[in-house]
Amino acid sequence: MRIKETLENYVFVLPAVTIFIVFYIIPFIWVFQLGLFEWDGILPTKIFVGLNNFKEIFFDRTWWQSMGNAGYITLIALTFQNIIAFMLAWACDREIRAKNFYRLIFFIPPVLSEVVVGLVWQWILDGNYGLLNYWLNGLGLGNLTRSWLSDPQTALTAVAIVHSWKGFGWGFLIFLAGLQTIPRELYEAARVDGANAWQTFKNVTIPLMIPVAALVAILTILGSMQSFVLINAMTRGGPAYHTEVPVLRILASMRGSSRFGYACAQGISFGVILMAISFVQYKLSKKIKE
Amino acid sequence: MRNTAYYNVKRIIVNTAIHSFLLAVAVTCIFPLLWMVACSLKTQEEIFKSMSLIPYGWHFENYYLAWMQGGFGRFFINSIIYTVSVVVGIIIISSMAAYAFSRLQFPGKNILFYMFIAAMMIPIPGSFVPLYVLLNKLHLRNTAIGYILCMINVGLSTSIFLLKTFFDKMPKELEDAARIDGCSKIGIWRHVALPLAKPVLAVVVVFNVLNVWNEYVLALVIFDSRQLMPLQVALTSFQGEFVTNYPLLMAGLTITALPVIIVYLLMQKYIVKGVTQGAVVG
Repeated sequence: MRIKETLENYVFVLPAVTIFIVFYIIPFIWVFQLGLFEWDGILPTKIFVGLNNFKEIFFDRTWWQSMGNAGYITLIALTFQNIIAFMLAWACDREIRAKNFYRLIFFIPPVLSEVVVGLVWQWILDGNYGLLNYWLNGLGLGNLTRSWLSDPQTALTAVAIVHSWKGFGWGFLIFLAGLQTIPRELYEAARVDGANAWQTFKNVTIPLMIPVAALVAILTILGSMQSFVLINAMTRGGPAYHTEVPVLRILASMRGSSRFGYACAQGISFGVILMAISFVQYKLSKKIKE
Repeated sequence: MRNTAYYNVKRIIVNTAIHSFLLAVAVTCIFPLLWMVACSLKTQEEIFKSMSLIPYGWHFENYYLAWMQGGFGRFFINSIIYTVSVVVGIIIISSMAAYAFSRLQFPGKNILFYMFIAAMMIPIPGSFVPLYVLLNKLHLRNTAIGYILCMINVGLSTSIFLLKTFFDKMPKELEDAARIDGCSKIGIWRHVALPLAKPVLAVVVVFNVLNVWNEYVLALVIFDSRQLMPLQVALTSFQGEFVTNYPLLMAGLTITALPVIIVYLLMQKYIVKGVTQGAVVG
């Protein structure tokens, strides 16, 4: 009777666990195995190369360039994007009209697909027929016009700004939820004590928002470092690797040069770096809290 | 008296400044979409000449052409099939598992549950590489079912977590009553737990619909045949293949974005809830 009951209970988790083992655990193990082989993904024979793939990553200049690019995009997202997100949330937290309207609009870019966003912005930023250049010309700033996405000097920044455009709604919603948990009495009390708006902001709002900011920061880092679909749609990593990012490199190792082992090694080392960043960030935010 | 006037003026100025800022950002959010729709209604010549937001003629036939000639009809149906199957699969599988993790007893329960949670925390960039190999071995690559199973797995962990949190807080009385009435465990899950969980299920549905509809890289890697491609992959291949026909591309983008925007507008409340809950999780 008891055994029958236990078996019955297992039936509930069986589909979930089966799918999870087949499509998560097994691939997870394979990444580590494949990372040690040289394999084109087709031939039945794999050549064991030990840690050579990992050594090769150290000297792979394009890989580190792509890391740098992702770092740059992340930096823009952390500063520009999140500061705007916070300012918007702060503005919406006040008793203003049309608050819900703004909240509705600001989350439209995040729900759109990266492909759609990428292709629309690619068209707006187009060198010959793009809207941005047309406007610049109209404003008499014709000397600023350029092929934003194929000019090595602007491509990465343009991509980073579109990435921020797509992503700020997340930070905005989380910041707003955080701001709304601050008890109104605290603001009241600060005012009674004679604090001006800036002092209230500095001494009440900011300290209470630090944990929220830490959370937004970590989500931004993990999201921005791994973003690539948007970039693929806008520039395909070009011009000449100027907007190349790590996940695009992994995709290129797999599909472009058919090196499955190397692709897995890249995935592992990138994953480890991401874990390390989140760990450090977690520790730091704990320290700041204390 | 003068003081109140001063404060009133100050408040009006501050409010105007705040609204201008919010409005400016809101316009930046909307404008690219309006531009996309405007361009989808122009002709190929007009699109290169006129920068007006309002087209000369409203060429709705672009949508017909994109749907028929561009093949977006086929891709749209593919996307619908994948999204519906994955979401239905996730709902059934994750709610059963979450219910068991919350209410039923069996050995290894905690280990299994934490396994799912750990999967939420560990980033595996490039997980599409081993998944491609796996599907190849199972002879499921370039099949709809292979893609659907992969995507069910993608949404499983978070959905189980959200549902389990809900079931943990749900009062047990109703289930007890059902049990006394002779309801089986499956019956209780189906007729008591699921109906009560509707608000969380809505959150699960919205996020997974958006996630599957917008998914790109797995579909890119798994599907070779055009027949099976969802919209997102079709869009990038459309863009590369010919000298781009911009009005048709823009029509295709609009066709792709529209369902997402409709779902978002209808279920916005659940998205806000999901983001804030998800934030608490992290």
